[in-house]
Amino acid sequence: MLEVKMSKKLRDFDLDVEINVRPGEVLALLGENGSGKSTILNLLAGLLTPDEGEITLNGRILFSGADNRSIPPEERNIGYVFQNYALFPHMSAFENVAFGLKRRKIGAGEIQVLVSRMLEELGIGHLISERVTDLSGGQRQRVALARALVIQPDLLLLDEPLTALDRKTKEKIRQELREELVKSNKPSIIVTHSLRDARMIGDRVIILERGKVIWTGQPDELMINSPMRHEPDNTGEYVCFPANNKE
Amino acid sequence: MASGPFSSIRWGKNLFILISGLIILITILFYTLPLISLILRITPAEFITAICEPNVRSAITLSLVTATTATIIVVLLGTPLAYMNARIDYPGRKFIETLIDVPIVLPPSVAGLALLVLFGRRGLIGSYFSEFGITIIFTSVAVIIAQIFVAGPLYIRQAKSAFAMVDQVYESAARTLGAGRLLTFIKVTVPLARTGLISGIILSFARAIGEFGATIMVAGNLPGRTQTMPLAIYGFMQSDLTASIALSIVLIAISFIILILIRVISGRAA
Repeated sequence: MLEVKMSKKLRDFDLDVEINVRPGEVLALLGENGSGKSTILNLLAGLLTPDEGEITLNGRILFSGADNRSIPPEERNIGYVFQNYALFPHMSAFENVAFGLKRRKIGAGEIQVLVSRMLEELGIGHLISERVTDLSGGQRQRVALARALVIQPDLLLLDEPLTALDRKTKEKIRQELREELVKSNKPSIIVTHSLRDARMIGDRVIILERGKVIWTGQPDELMINSPMRHEPDNTGEYVCFPANNKE
Repeated sequence: MASGPFSSIRWGKNLFILISGLIILITILFYTLPLISLILRITPAEFITAICEPNVRSAITLSLVTATTATIIVVLLGTPLAYMNARIDYPGRKFIETLIDVPIVLPPSVAGLALLVLFGRRGLIGSYFSEFGITIIFTSVAVIIAQIFVAGPLYIRQAKSAFAMVDQVYESAARTLGAGRLLTFIKVTVPLARTGLISGIILSFARAIGEFGATIMVAGNLPGRTQTMPLAIYGFMQSDLTASIALSIVLIAISFIILILIRVISGRAA
């Protein structure tokens, strides 16, 4: 269970949110570019520090503004799939996925088994010794997911995990991603600006505007009564804009 | 007989080719003839006899040892500084960066004189050392200090831009996977910046091994103790020109190896 109440002064606006995510639940954070979605993930991961508030994960306090306490990112055990994946370009697929396991004092033999099994499960077992720079977008996405899942994180964060993919790959991976997230039985947060991603992957959707939650609801309700205007972008993907901000 | 606009265009074109060819030829001759004349001046046998002389050999050894030591110290101290300058916007960073650049534009003899005054027996720092009976000037330590002073900035500049080019998202990813700051630096940042770091190391080694002006001021020209290759070339010039030329050829060879190394490394990065 993830319980968050935090605020941070950003350059253009104040971020102030309250978010709870149950184990096995996938929360979709929807909002236009610059609404503070990625900042929320970085605050949860410990890459940024809130000004005030509290972040609790499975009863463990990760951040407490009152006690002036913040656990560093390397001790939070949070799996993070970055936008564009941030795979280490100087390492193979195996070394990327093994990176987190090596930090956990796991024996070399066991790491070999865990990484192979993980890549196998995501259908890219044959790419284990490839350099990540030689992989396609969809393959990189899977390696990034494997790297985040293999450490058995207590929370999964995914920042626009499908944006960098072409349309056909996107449809396929969207379904797989949903299955993997539910199967992991951890709380997950997926950041997206695509309505379709939010509806297909999320169990619950939060819409963010200028650092505030302006709507919470079920994915089915999104098209009916959300405060967002949605329009196809240049790839035909529906993305959202604030309804009151017609240009 | 050629006349009209066409022939004058052709004439102009030919003149252009002639002039550019001449410029290229002059450039090539200007930069290669001096080196070639050095190499042609002595026979291979004379070269081998010369570099076997004890004073010549000690100059080669001293140069390699001091330049390597200076480069190692520059890397150890300069790497954290370069990383800090690339990542943290601390107060006074611009000032520090400008300060580091000073030795690049400072005439080496001025740098040497400044170091001599600082480390001399009555100098700001030297006076404390001499109370303990430690002399720095005119020793191999002074040679290394002079080399660090002039060569350090080259590495720090290069390393800073190498670190600045590493996308911070890789460091963030390493942190979330469980690596602390130091481990992230060693496992992710340094390997991703390695091309720039290595060419910085090579550049500063090249500057250190060729150091002359600052060294002769602060360390003197004592055979076996402070006489590095460039100083020995100068020292032997009156008495034993063959030895000077032999040492120059060794330095030319080192320069070429360094140039080739930089080419290979930057080619691999591209």
